[in-house]
Amino acid sequence: MSFLLTSLDRKLLRDLWRIKGQGIAIALVIACGIGLFIMANGMLSSLQETREAYYDRYRFADIFAPVKRAPDRVLAEIKTFPGVRAVEGRISAGVLIDAPGTTEPITGQAVSLPRIGRPVLNDIFLRKGRMLDPTREDEILLSEPFAKAHGFEPGDTISATMNGSKRKFEIVGLALSPEFTYAIAPGALVPDPFRYGILWLGKDALAAAFDLDGAFNEVLISRSYNANESDIIASLDRLLERYGATGAFLRADQISDKFLESELNQLATMATVLPSIFLAVSAFLLNVVVARIVDAEREQIGLLKAFGYSNPAILFHYLKMVLAITLLGIFVGSGVGMWLGRWMALLYQEFYKFPFLIFSLGLDTLAFAFTIAVTVAVLGTLTAVRRAAVLSPAEAMRPPAPAKYRQASVMPLWFSERIDQPTRMILRRIARHPVRALLTSVGLAFATAILITARFNWDSVLYMMDVNFNVAERQDLTVTFVEPESDKAIFELRRMDGVLYVEPFRSVPVRLRNGHIERRQSLTGLVERPLLSRAVNADLASLQIPRNGLLLSKALADLIQAEVGDVLQVDVLEDRKPRLNLTVAGVAETFIGTSAYLEIGALNRSLKEGPRVSGAFLMIDPAKQDAIYERLKDMPSVSGVGIVAAAQRSFNETMDQGIGTFIAIISTFAALIAVGVVYNSARIALAERSRELASLRVLGFTKNEASYILLGEIALLTFLALPIGCGFGYLLAWFLAASFTTELYQIPLVIELASYGYSCAVVAGASLVSGILVDREIGKLDLVVALKTRE
Amino acid sequence: MHAFKTIGLTKVYGEGEAAVHALRGVDLEIPEGELVVLLGASGSGKSTLLNILGGLDHPSDGQVFFRDQEITTFDDKALTAYRRDHVGFVFQLYNLMPSLTAHENVDLVTEISRDPMLAEEALEMVGLGDRMDHFPAQLSGGEQQRVAIARAIAKRPTVLFCDEPTGALDSKTGIVVLQALQDINRTLNTTIIVITHAMATAALADRVIMFGDGRIKDVRLNEKKLAADQIEW
Ligand SMILES: Nc1ncnc2c1ncn2[C@@H]1O[C@H](COP(=O)(O)OP(=O)(O)OP(=O)(O)O)[C@@H](O)[C@H]1O
Ligand SMILES: [Mg+2]
Repeated sequence: MSFLLTSLDRKLLRDLWRIKGQGIAIALVIACGIGLFIMANGMLSSLQETREAYYDRYRFADIFAPVKRAPDRVLAEIKTFPGVRAVEGRISAGVLIDAPGTTEPITGQAVSLPRIGRPVLNDIFLRKGRMLDPTREDEILLSEPFAKAHGFEPGDTISATMNGSKRKFEIVGLALSPEFTYAIAPGALVPDPFRYGILWLGKDALAAAFDLDGAFNEVLISRSYNANESDIIASLDRLLERYGATGAFLRADQISDKFLESELNQLATMATVLPSIFLAVSAFLLNVVVARIVDAEREQIGLLKAFGYSNPAILFHYLKMVLAITLLGIFVGSGVGMWLGRWMALLYQEFYKFPFLIFSLGLDTLAFAFTIAVTVAVLGTLTAVRRAAVLSPAEAMRPPAPAKYRQASVMPLWFSERIDQPTRMILRRIARHPVRALLTSVGLAFATAILITARFNWDSVLYMMDVNFNVAERQDLTVTFVEPESDKAIFELRRMDGVLYVEPFRSVPVRLRNGHIERRQSLTGLVERPLLSRAVNADLASLQIPRNGLLLSKALADLIQAEVGDVLQVDVLEDRKPRLNLTVAGVAETFIGTSAYLEIGALNRSLKEGPRVSGAFLMIDPAKQDAIYERLKDMPSVSGVGIVAAAQRSFNETMDQGIGTFIAIISTFAALIAVGVVYNSARIALAERSRELASLRVLGFTKNEASYILLGEIALLTFLALPIGCGFGYLLAWFLAASFTTELYQIPLVIELASYGYSCAVVAGASLVSGILVDREIGKLDLVVALKTRE
Repeated sequence: MHAFKTIGLTKVYGEGEAAVHALRGVDLEIPEGELVVLLGASGSGKSTLLNILGGLDHPSDGQVFFRDQEITTFDDKALTAYRRDHVGFVFQLYNLMPSLTAHENVDLVTEISRDPMLAEEALEMVGLGDRMDHFPAQLSGGEQQRVAIARAIAKRPTVLFCDEPTGALDSKTGIVVLQALQDINRTLNTTIIVITHAMATAALADRVIMFGDGRIKDVRLNEKKLAADQIEW
């Protein structure tokens, strides 16, 4: 005999062993809640820290100011602005890449590197090969993801059309840069490493290609810690105006950072909202389940009290039991959560092309999850122990008084006459413990709701994509020109063999002002009744593009608080920079980004320009696609070709990787929670009814008949839970849709019927599995022991 | 000095039409060190009285004094201390912890007692020295009852309440158990109150209380106490 353990502790250990199945199920529930919470937070804080460190180490600029052409000497002046710490002038221009091995014209971005040394700002991270040789003009560094997608290595050659002339380059190295973390081609929806490449060239080579000798077309600035950004921007705009500036902007408006920020925010919502709900649900279940376990110990609590054990001693005893289970859940949950969080972060690192990953998990996150779990477990124990302890020992030790069964109130007579005895037992039991039945159903409903919410993420994005590609953006190709062209360019495209339909567009950067609210925006001119790239209303009906007014996307209208009829001040940021006053004529439904439309003729007239186009949307004959690609690559005026089907494909792949994995994990955890809830309810029901079931067996009922009474109850409660869960799920999805919506994505509230079906099926399946587990226990029921002892 | 004194003790279970008057005014005095036998028909309120004297239940009305303390005024903490320090209980339904062995069931009580005997000793006294490591489910009804008795006497209580301690025992083991009770009563001067249906047991008592319909019908003092092995049933 051990002298270290008191008999009470020995009882504790044996009871823990006895309820090990239940204990594991409870630990599982809490581990799921904590695991997901820690995973999401770990992943998120890792990505955020990694981004910060990456930006910091590679000196990502704070302010960006594109110009047409400014002489290098201007840089010295910018450096004298108060608050400016470092300045870099460089050349950055769109190019069309002709990559060996594919006919597709590929949109590329050429960026200059200083002749000697590293860039002061927006440094690059050399992954492979070497830096450029300053004496040679035909060397480039290539973005690593693009090179990988095509299988390029240092030593390979590649050609690109720059400012109308095609040139051949040797790849000497592969690189990454913080400004292309989220390497998304202009106008694309998602990064597509195959169709967007970055080329780094020597400044001289690039200057020669774009007639920018001794000049630059982009200024990068880093500001000192407490500098006033808007002052710097104002000074920049004033200074650079005569060099064709389109307006300086902050890092937050830089395309990569903007998308990254938006993604991380979305991830943050997903990583906080959903796991918090998860944690709350599992905490709730923990509380309920713990209370039920202690409730089942009522008589033993009475007995301990009769011996003179004090209430605190008894409470402590049960706390130890509950905490043992809870801590198991916490440790497993934290371990799995950290592991998964790291794994997910690595997945995203790959996706975002971070050169390194800093795994970070705030101690506060761990402490928070720990505190929540322990607190609810303690509270659940406390209330249940109190419930038993307020009874006098004599009362507590008495077997619970047989409940008063009231035939009439439980079920109508016509019904009760038609059902058999076992079914009656099921219904009476539920009627007798309605709260207990309710809690089981609520637990299952929560599991269903979580699954639905997870699926909703998927459904809404697919819907968004479907509307975007099949209703709004129906073109096969989007061709953009280096400079706005006359409408002759459109005729040229129309004449091309295999081109079925062409629709021009014009796009100019503007600053929209509604009262005191201001926003940089690209204003798009479309034909009045577009057939390819269209604006639609909420019913997905095509909208006419107004001639004397603006059509705004809903997200944009919300952002600048504009309503139909409001007059906006529109400052064009290009060329003559006219200021227009345009009425908001309508609002369109878009899910991605913000947009403002005006009829193209009207736009050109207000710019005091003839019929000019920035590009065109094309519908083509797929059989002639390769020939068309070749022609486009040879057109000097073409700076980029967006292939919409490819964009959709790459988006789906992205979805599969990111959200898909997340949803898979959530679904698994939700299913485990369902198992935890059902198994527990069933085990407790089994314990409570073991005498009754054993008596039935003794009376000659078969095992299956006994099982029916127990499992029928679970089946009924599951069945009741599913519709409630669907309702919960819808509400949660509604909440998530509202909180996920950002400037870049407006998430529609779409849940497919199949998702309801899937969620219900998973929970029903989990229910079935735990039913089978408990059913095996009924088989093992020792009739004699069950009748002899009371638990 | 009396061990117990009750004044106008009543107990009503439930309310309204369903109310059961288990005790209808019990006035009683039990001197310290006596072995008292409580006789009465089933449902007459014997267990109810015992539970109240032992601090396991509260009366609906009336007072209970243990020595000179009115335990009916005790709060939960004081009652707990009273049970822990003074009371031993053998329940009608044994009430063993199913997850503890016989030995451990006894330990459960001795561990929080001031001057307990060894669990082995107590179990030997009820003839279970060889079944100490068995769980309740592995013991017969009578054996479980004897574990319950060992558990009650092991703490050497000031007062010992036994609700039908020999109900499930054959006469030979019944006598062993009663002998143990007598021993404790004699050597430790423990006040013992025993409920029984076996009239013969009354021959061991200092005092026999006849109970009926929630009231004391008769109290009889026993002039000539017999030893446990002298009785028959
Ligand atoms: N919790 C309760 N609720 C309602 N009535 C009760 C309760 N406990 C006991 N009674 C009733 O109180 C009366 C006295 O019960 P008690 O258990 O004291 O009888 P008893 O004399 O010990 O009987 P027995 O010899 O059969 O054990 C009985 O009529 C019983 O039905
Ligand atoms: Mg009784």
